[in-house]
Amino acid sequence: MSKAEFLEDLRRSLAGLPQGEIAERLSFYEEMIDDRIEEGLSEEEAIAAVGPVNTIVLQAIDDTPITTLVKEKIRPKRRMKTWEIVLLVLGFPVWFPILVSAAAVLFSLYVTLWSLIIACWAVFAGFIACSVAGIVIGIYQCSLTNISQGLAFIAAGLFLFGMSIYGFFICRAATRGLARLSVKLGRGIKRLFIKKEEA
Amino acid sequence: MDAQLKRGLLDICVLAAIKDEDSYGYKIIKDLKPYAELSESTLYTILKRLEAAEMLTVRTAEHDGRLRKYYHITPGGIARIEEFREEWEEVMKIYRFVIKEEADL
Repeated sequence: MSKAEFLEDLRRSLAGLPQGEIAERLSFYEEMIDDRIEEGLSEEEAIAAVGPVNTIVLQAIDDTPITTLVKEKIRPKRRMKTWEIVLLVLGFPVWFPILVSAAAVLFSLYVTLWSLIIACWAVFAGFIACSVAGIVIGIYQCSLTNISQGLAFIAAGLFLFGMSIYGFFICRAATRGLARLSVKLGRGIKRLFIKKEEA
Repeated sequence: MDAQLKRGLLDICVLAAIKDEDSYGYKIIKDLKPYAELSESTLYTILKRLEAAEMLTVRTAEHDGRLRKYYHITPGGIARIEEFREEWEEVMKIYRFVIKEEADL
């Protein structure tokens, strides 16, 4: 692959970013390749050292806030014709509620996921509270000489305490998993905006 | 190493690489090589972040018939390095304490 081919591939892969930013990134990588060639590397080696296009694109996705990507996406690439503007205005009562409800559905999905996590932790808190209460009541019963009933309460309390230790690890794993999923989801959504242009 | 910690350290490394004289992308990577492995795309992100934080400025100059960007440290960048030095003196104090504890065991 020649330098020109590499840069063209990179330019097409970054489509979706603002024009100025694409140009800036391209000139950065071009300079990096030129400096390596100047040092004695072949064009091929210099390009390989700068890294695969895919890595560069992934870093660009992480760097760019979603708002920038959306803004770039909805920015008209050409002047709109009069009838298009008229249609957009007349259609407002139709497309605006659809847009809002689509955003609301996405948001509620996200909230639902997190409320599951909150529910997990609530169960955990419930287990802890019951185990403490069981042990306290058990000791109280023992002091009232209801030894057998008291021991049963203490046993139940200890059992629940043991269960809640497992519960803690389950809750923690679920929370971490969802946090990782959120990051991946965010990347996936951004990915939709940075699509490779067809050659 | 912890990702957050590494990110902070790489910022300081880049500032240190341009502290004594202005430098350019490839030279920064080469100068840091013995200390920290830094990829081009990571460097780009760091330079952008430091520029936005006004810790460095960029100028374009001609080199050998093509353009090259040179990075210049600002007083803000120098202050950041000094801040880092002070922070890490404290970290090192704790480190020496921990090491001593282990030696005693």
